[in-house]
Amino acid sequence: MNRIAMSRAASLLRQTRRPGRLGWTDILSYAYLALGVVLMFGPVLWLVLSSLKTPAALLEFPPSFLPLTQKTISVPGHTQPLELHRVRLPDGSVKELAQIRRIGIQATMIDPANPAAPAIRVPIEAREPVREVAFAWSNYTEPLKQFAFGRYFANSLFVTLVATIITLLINSMAAYALAIYEFRGKNAALLMVIGTLMIPITIVLVPVFLVVTELGLNNSLWAVILPGAATPTGVFLLRQYMLTLPRDLIEAARMDKASEWQIYSRIVMPLTLPALAVLAIFSIMWRWNEFLWPLAVLTKSEVYTLQIGLNAFQGELQTQWHYLLAMTVMTLAPVALVFVFLQRFITTGIANTGMK
Amino acid sequence: MAGLVLTGIGKSFGPVEVLRGIDLDVADGEFVVFVGPSGCGKSTLLRVIAGLEEVTSGTIRIDGQDVTTERAAERGLAMVFQSYALYPHMSVYRNIAFALENMRLPREEIEARVRRAATMLRLTEYLDRKPGALSGGQRQRVAIGRAVVRDPKIFLFDEPLSNLDAELRVATRKELASLHAEIGGTMIYVTHDQVEAMTLANRIVVLNKGRIEQVGTPLELYNRPANLFVAGFIGSPRMNFIRGQVGAGGKLVTPDGKVSLPLPPGTVATGEVTLGIRPEHVAPCSAAEADARIAVELVEQLGSESYLYGTLADGTALTLRSPLEDPARRGEDVPVRFDPARLHLFDAAGLAIRP
Repeated sequence: MNRIAMSRAASLLRQTRRPGRLGWTDILSYAYLALGVVLMFGPVLWLVLSSLKTPAALLEFPPSFLPLTQKTISVPGHTQPLELHRVRLPDGSVKELAQIRRIGIQATMIDPANPAAPAIRVPIEAREPVREVAFAWSNYTEPLKQFAFGRYFANSLFVTLVATIITLLINSMAAYALAIYEFRGKNAALLMVIGTLMIPITIVLVPVFLVVTELGLNNSLWAVILPGAATPTGVFLLRQYMLTLPRDLIEAARMDKASEWQIYSRIVMPLTLPALAVLAIFSIMWRWNEFLWPLAVLTKSEVYTLQIGLNAFQGELQTQWHYLLAMTVMTLAPVALVFVFLQRFITTGIANTGMK
Repeated sequence: MAGLVLTGIGKSFGPVEVLRGIDLDVADGEFVVFVGPSGCGKSTLLRVIAGLEEVTSGTIRIDGQDVTTERAAERGLAMVFQSYALYPHMSVYRNIAFALENMRLPREEIEARVRRAATMLRLTEYLDRKPGALSGGQRQRVAIGRAVVRDPKIFLFDEPLSNLDAELRVATRKELASLHAEIGGTMIYVTHDQVEAMTLANRIVVLNKGRIEQVGTPLELYNRPANLFVAGFIGSPRMNFIRGQVGAGGKLVTPDGKVSLPLPPGTVATGEVTLGIRPEHVAPCSAAEADARIAVELVEQLGSESYLYGTLADGTALTLRSPLEDPARRGEDVPVRFDPARLHLFDAAGLAIRP
C-alpha cells in the first residue's frame, strides 16, 4: 500500500507535458511550483527548525537554517567538557583543538588527542567553532512542565468545539429561514446580516465588552464563545448552498406531513453537509487562532486560551523566543492536522458552495 | 379517498393572473387529468389543490370540508412530483417510510405498509438502495410508492412521466392505469401530453390561459369539442380548420372564393365561421365525389397509415390520414372527400355551433 503510494507520488513528480520529454513548459511549471512550495512551506519549516534552537543560536547573526550548537568534547584532566574549534596553526596546518579558556583575544587550546602535550595559545581570529546539528528539545519539555499548556489547550479546545457547534446550529437555522421561507423583509434581513461583514471587530470591541461585563461573563470561556457565535459569513455560505436544494424536496416533505423542524433537521441539514463541513473547518480555524477578543475578556490565567497563553512569553522587556516558537508549533499542530485530514472536504465543499 | 370541489378558484402572482374562476367537481374515485399548453396554469391549479400555493380567491373542499386555508400537511393528500423529489440521502425504504414516520404510526405498521407498497411496485429488492443508484423508471415507482403507502384522500400527479423515455412512458402509463383500477383512489393528474390524458382519464379538464375550456370524457372532447381551442388541442395531428363565410346554398366559401365546402348537416349559421375536420375524417376519393382538391406537399409513411400534408386551392393547410401505404406523391393534386358526420362548425367567437 505504502509502496504503491510512493511510486504514484514518484510518477506524479516526473510528469511531463509530452510523455518522456522534458520541454521548456515543464521546466517553467516545475520552477513555478517549486517557488510555491518554498513560499508556502519555507516559513513553516523555518519556524519548526527555529523552535528547536537554543536561545543563543536564535540570536545568532547571520542566522542559520538548521539548529546548530557548539560541539564539545571531554578531555581527561578537565572536569567540564571543552568547546571544540578548528584552528589554523602558525605553520599553516589546520587542526581541531579543544579550548581550555579564552582571555581577551587570546585562547588557550589543547589537543584532545594528546592531552599530555603543552597547551597552545592562539589568537581568536585563527579559530573557528566546530558546530553540529542538535535539537533543543528542552524548548518543548521545559514549558510543558512550567507553562500550563494542558490547561490552555483544554480551554482552547473547549472554546473551539463549543463555539463551532453553536455556530453551525445558529447559522444553519438563520440560513434555512433566509433560503427556504418567503416573508416580507427577507432581503432586508439578508442585507443586514451581510452588512455586518463590513464592521471590523475593533469597532464593536468596546460595546461588546460592556455587554459581556454587564452580563457578568468576564473571565469565563462563554464570553469568548457567545459574541461570535453567529457569523454573517456562515449564514451567507449556508444560505447560498441551501438555495441550490430543489424546492420540490421541501414541498415533498411538506406533503409527507413533516413539520418545519423535521424538514430542517431531516431533509435540509443532511443535504447541506458539504457546506456545513466547510463552515466547521473555517470556524475551527477562526476560533483556534482568535486573539484580540479573548485578550480583552480573559484576564485570569486559568481561563487563558493557547493564543493568550503564548502572549505570556512576550514580556515588556524580554521575549523568550525559544519557548514562544516551540509553543507556537504546538499550537499550530492541531489546526494543521485538521487541514491534512479534512482537506478533501474543504476543496470539494468550497467548490460546491461557490465560495472562493 | 374523497371527492374534491373547487369553487371560483383564482390565483395571482403579483399582477399576473394565473388562474381565473375555476369551478370543478371531482367525484370520489375519479381519475381526472388536467391538460393544456405550457403556461396554462394546470400545474399551479394542482399546487393550489395540494396546498403548496395559497389561493387568491375561491374555496377548496375535500370530502365536504373546507380546506382552503389548511396547510399542505393537513390536507391528507399525496403528490408525485415531476422531478420525483426523492430524498437523496435516504434509502428507498426510508423514502417511502418518511411520511408514515411523520404520522407517528407504530414501527410494525410502517414496515408492513412499506413492504406491501414495495411488492405492488416491484421495488422489494431495491429497498436498501439510495435513489441515486436507481434508474429513471425505478425512481418513478419509488415516488408513486411514497404516495400510495400513505393511503391519501387524493393522489396528485404533476407531469410524472415527462422525465422518462418514450418506451418507459408507455409502460408506466399502463401501470398507472392498473394502479388506479386496483386501489381505486381519487387521482388528479397534470400533463401536457394529450395521449396520456386520453388514455388515463375518466374525465379531462382542458385548461387555457388560466380558465377551464371544457370538461368531459376523452371521447366527448374528441367528438364534441366545445370550442376551437379544445378542437385544436385534442387529437393528433391536430384538426384542420378552414375559415370562411357562409355563402349562398348553405356552403362555406373561403375569402378568396376559390374553395366552397359543405357545412355539417343540420347546422344553421351565417357570417364568418370556421369549419373543422380531423385528418382521419378526410379521405382521398374519385374526382366525381370530391369536396375539394389538395396539392400534396409532404407524405409521411408510417407503414400502418400515411399522412398527407397539403394545401387547398386558397392556400389553407390541410392534413389527412390515409390507411393506404402509398396514397399519393408529392406535388400531386388529390381529390378529397370530407365525412359529413364528422364536420365541426365554430362561430366567429370560436364556440361550437351544433345542429
